[in-house]
Amino acid sequence: MHAEQLVQMVNDISAFFAPQFPEAEAAAEVAGHLKRQWEKRMRLQIVEILNSGEGAFSPVGRAAIALLAAEATRPAG
Amino acid sequence: MYAIDHHDLGTPPSTSQTMVSIEIDGRPFAVPEGTSVMRAAALAGVSIPKLCATDSLKSFGSCRLCLVEIEGRKGYPASCTTLVADGMKVRTESDKLHQLRKGVVELYVSEHPLECEGCPADKHCELQDMAAVHGVTGSPYIAGDSCPPRVTAESRAISYQTDTSNPYFNFNPELCIVCSRCVRACDETQGTLALTISGRGLASQVAASQSESFVESECVSCGACVEACPTAALSEKSLLSFTKPTQAITTTCAYCGVGCSLKAEVADGKVARMVPNRDGHANQGHACVKGRFAYGYATHADRLTKPMIRATLSDPWREVSWDEAIGHAASEFKRIQAKYGRGAVGGITSSRCTNEETWLVQKLVRAAFGNNNVDTCARVCHSPTGYGLKQTLGESAGTQAFTSVMKANVVLLMGANPTEGHPVFASQLKRALRAGAKLIVIDPREIALVNGPHIKAEHHLQLRPGTNVAMINALAHVAVTEGFVKDDYVAARCEMASFNKWREFVAQERNSPEAVEAVTGVPAASVRAAARLYASAVNGAIYYGLGVTEHSQGSTTVLGIANLAMATGNIGREGVGVNPLRGQNNVQGSCDMGSFPHELPGYRHVSDNAVRGSFEAVWGVTLDNEQGLRIPNMFEAALDGTFKGMYIQGEDIAQSDPNTQHVVAALTSLECLVVQDIFMCETAKFAHVLLPGSSFLEKDGTFTNAERRISRVRKVMEPLPGLADWEVTMRLANALGHPMHYDHPSQIMAEIASLMPTFTGVTYEKLERLGSIQWPCNDAAPEGTPTMHIDQFVRGKGKFFVTEYVPTRERSSSRFPLLLTTGRVLTQYNVGAQTRRTENNVWHSEDRVEIHPHDAENRGIADGDWIGITSRAGETVLRAQVTDRVQPGVIYTTFHFPESGANVVTTENSDWATNCPEYKVTAVEVVKVDKPLDWQIRFRQNRDARLPSRHKAPAAV
Ligand code: SF4
Ligand code: SF4
Ligand code: SF4
Ligand code: FES
Repeated sequence: MHAEQLVQMVNDISAFFAPQFPEAEAAAEVAGHLKRQWEKRMRLQIVEILNSGEGAFSPVGRAAIALLAAEATRPAG
Repeated sequence: MYAIDHHDLGTPPSTSQTMVSIEIDGRPFAVPEGTSVMRAAALAGVSIPKLCATDSLKSFGSCRLCLVEIEGRKGYPASCTTLVADGMKVRTESDKLHQLRKGVVELYVSEHPLECEGCPADKHCELQDMAAVHGVTGSPYIAGDSCPPRVTAESRAISYQTDTSNPYFNFNPELCIVCSRCVRACDETQGTLALTISGRGLASQVAASQSESFVESECVSCGACVEACPTAALSEKSLLSFTKPTQAITTTCAYCGVGCSLKAEVADGKVARMVPNRDGHANQGHACVKGRFAYGYATHADRLTKPMIRATLSDPWREVSWDEAIGHAASEFKRIQAKYGRGAVGGITSSRCTNEETWLVQKLVRAAFGNNNVDTCARVCHSPTGYGLKQTLGESAGTQAFTSVMKANVVLLMGANPTEGHPVFASQLKRALRAGAKLIVIDPREIALVNGPHIKAEHHLQLRPGTNVAMINALAHVAVTEGFVKDDYVAARCEMASFNKWREFVAQERNSPEAVEAVTGVPAASVRAAARLYASAVNGAIYYGLGVTEHSQGSTTVLGIANLAMATGNIGREGVGVNPLRGQNNVQGSCDMGSFPHELPGYRHVSDNAVRGSFEAVWGVTLDNEQGLRIPNMFEAALDGTFKGMYIQGEDIAQSDPNTQHVVAALTSLECLVVQDIFMCETAKFAHVLLPGSSFLEKDGTFTNAERRISRVRKVMEPLPGLADWEVTMRLANALGHPMHYDHPSQIMAEIASLMPTFTGVTYEKLERLGSIQWPCNDAAPEGTPTMHIDQFVRGKGKFFVTEYVPTRERSSSRFPLLLTTGRVLTQYNVGAQTRRTENNVWHSEDRVEIHPHDAENRGIADGDWIGITSRAGETVLRAQVTDRVQPGVIYTTFHFPESGANVVTTENSDWATNCPEYKVTAVEVVKVDKPLDWQIRFRQNRDARLPSRHKAPAAV
């Protein structure tokens, strides 16, 4: 998938949750949304994009993907 | 002529709960107060002669055939206009009554001679019946000097020309007895008022509009007048080419989400005509031009009837046996999964197929493919509805029955155009409005309900495309800051923390109508007035369509709508609610049946172990606990090389999905595409295996309409390809190694009922008995649930969400200064595969682009010019229609013809929550050009070569 488009999708989701909650909570909501809605391939790719330092993430979007990345490295992830 | 198996009771039922006692021909009966004597007698099994009365229309009292004697009353009152009274004693037969009635019949027969042989209504004509009952074979008025004077033979020849202009029905004035049933049907049932009685006395005659032909008049060809006519004066053309139908099979329309109940009248195993079912719960005896008449596609010469395969897209198709086609498809899917992994294949279910068929396709994906890569076309229409209503109310469905609108005081209609998209609901809505309900329309375009000849909206908030959320927030701002919130309701039924947060958000000045005026383009005063009207209504009901969902903030708008309805206490009883008007006939059903990659049937997440366990126990497999790919994700994965095989049932994604070029690139990259369709659709052009599909006339099953109503689809004729769609899916699953065995779709329904808590009480036997059932249907609601969320919301407490307006990226710019938005017309349906293959092309044979005179003039564009439309995704050419129905800066088109290429220009922007494409907003520029693009010309030529002339009769079904 186009990296730019995936990042844009994360930012769009973040734009919905960001006004509802403080940043950390909003990031958790975004991560939760992705865990329930996005297929694994997309989640892996978005984590890769974050790790590569490429994506133009919004702050909440970046924090959310960081949460996904952290979970992915845990054994249960 | 109403359906051949209809037993007419003469006048509509009374809704009164109070019973009165009467005596009919010496026998006592109790009937509801307000019932006519005629209906009371009919309920008692006594048929009083009649001609101008029928039970779908208010009584009129013009024919004087239904006279009765009532003890204590003078004269012979008409039983259709006389209401029962307690203790009333009615006599329906006497020599005097017979003599009076016979005189009336003789008069009618003088104008309408009984030359019945060869007449389409022969043996099903009410005048013929009345003549037989009264022993009338001719009229004494015909021979010799007639008194009263009659229309002369000469004038009859001039004025009595049959109007054959409508492709589906004729009007033969010679057979007309001027009972006004057609005029009243057009008024009361359809709400178009296209017909009048012109002339006086015996020279009076039915006329369409200003004495135009039917096809030129404002008639919308709904057929209500034809159904109501007691003779063959108005009758279906199709009856001329069939022997008399002998059987009426009740089924459900396969077009829009209203889900009208229809009766297919069958002669020699084929459909002679399709008549609305007067007992139909969704439609109450009405239908529209599509369901009523446009079924000829089912036997069109283009129907695919033989399975075909080919190794590569450049090879010619090879007709093969079912076994070979299915064996080939299964081995390809297995090969792909072995090579690329379990997740490399997926399937798409269809909203045009039955619940049972959809169930099997998603079951095949989950159980036989072993992944959750299943999605449906609802992705591109109402997926935000599913998301938004589930989050706020707890159930992904509309809250009401259609009839609920009759109890609404204010109707807020947003992003929907029911007179075109949901015509039978539009007729019901018009009845509500004419009875006094007020209408608010939120739409970028002036839809017909805004300023029609008989209906006017109180407010039309003509907003800029893409600003729905700003508008909903502004309405909520007024409700909150001007004290319209129903505090008791909210306190009792909603999550207070979420409500307080939402209240605080919408109350902010930046959400006021004044602050958002610059964004929406709608004067703040109108927004305030509309908000007050809705929020202060005793019963305020919201209806919405794709103009809400197909946006980058589609889900946010649905959440916003639910917020507003909850805050104003407008959910949980009749007359209120949040009602998505679903596009395709079975969108609700296909979503219910588990067509989404993250949800098992009944909207339960695939990660829920208990739910998954229940399916695993019945299906005997382990299910994936990870959600699968959505349609657009499948395309992306295909382009990335990780997704290689697809099974698509009854969807034309190459035409219906946004950014066609992108879709085509994805489809071409697949190693195995299996398409099951009734026609060689655009998607089939990229297929390796073609499985011929069956139309709704060829199978048993159920559809679920926009009001959650499950209705039976019944087999009228054998499947043209030999197998119904559910049988094909079953065979494919078996070939893939997952055993499926059902002898009849009722067994599939039994499995559905065993696994879906909202369906536990649904059986075919109960559907037979009740006619239809609105889910949830279970122990708590054994006969179904017309109104949802009555005492509490399905999720427990209603939840509010903050709905921040985020402008779409599709903004007009200097390069693309106009916004393109899309919609539908009445006579064509969706991508047009069905309706384009019928005579409906008479009304709409090409898609045009509406452009405001100001924008047209600036670009030197005149009405009818070809204009090139360019967006950042692509380019197409359509003919211009200059009109002020659209606002400056906005252009509008329909997308019923493949050569229109509307999706060549739409972009891949989509709803943040569900990826529903943003069809309703595309930034474009338009310029005048000389001709369509080469590919469009080729398309048009191919189509014209394939389709029958629009003046030829449609293929008979
Ligand atoms: S077909 Fe429908 S719209 Fe046309 S005249 Fe008859 S009732 Fe009216
Ligand atoms: S056309 Fe039919 S329904 Fe209309 S007035 Fe004549 S007989 Fe009655
Ligand atoms: S298309 Fe819709 S309104 Fe028309 S007959 Fe079918 S279900 Fe009814
Ligand atoms: S049926 Fe009663 S007056 Fe015609």
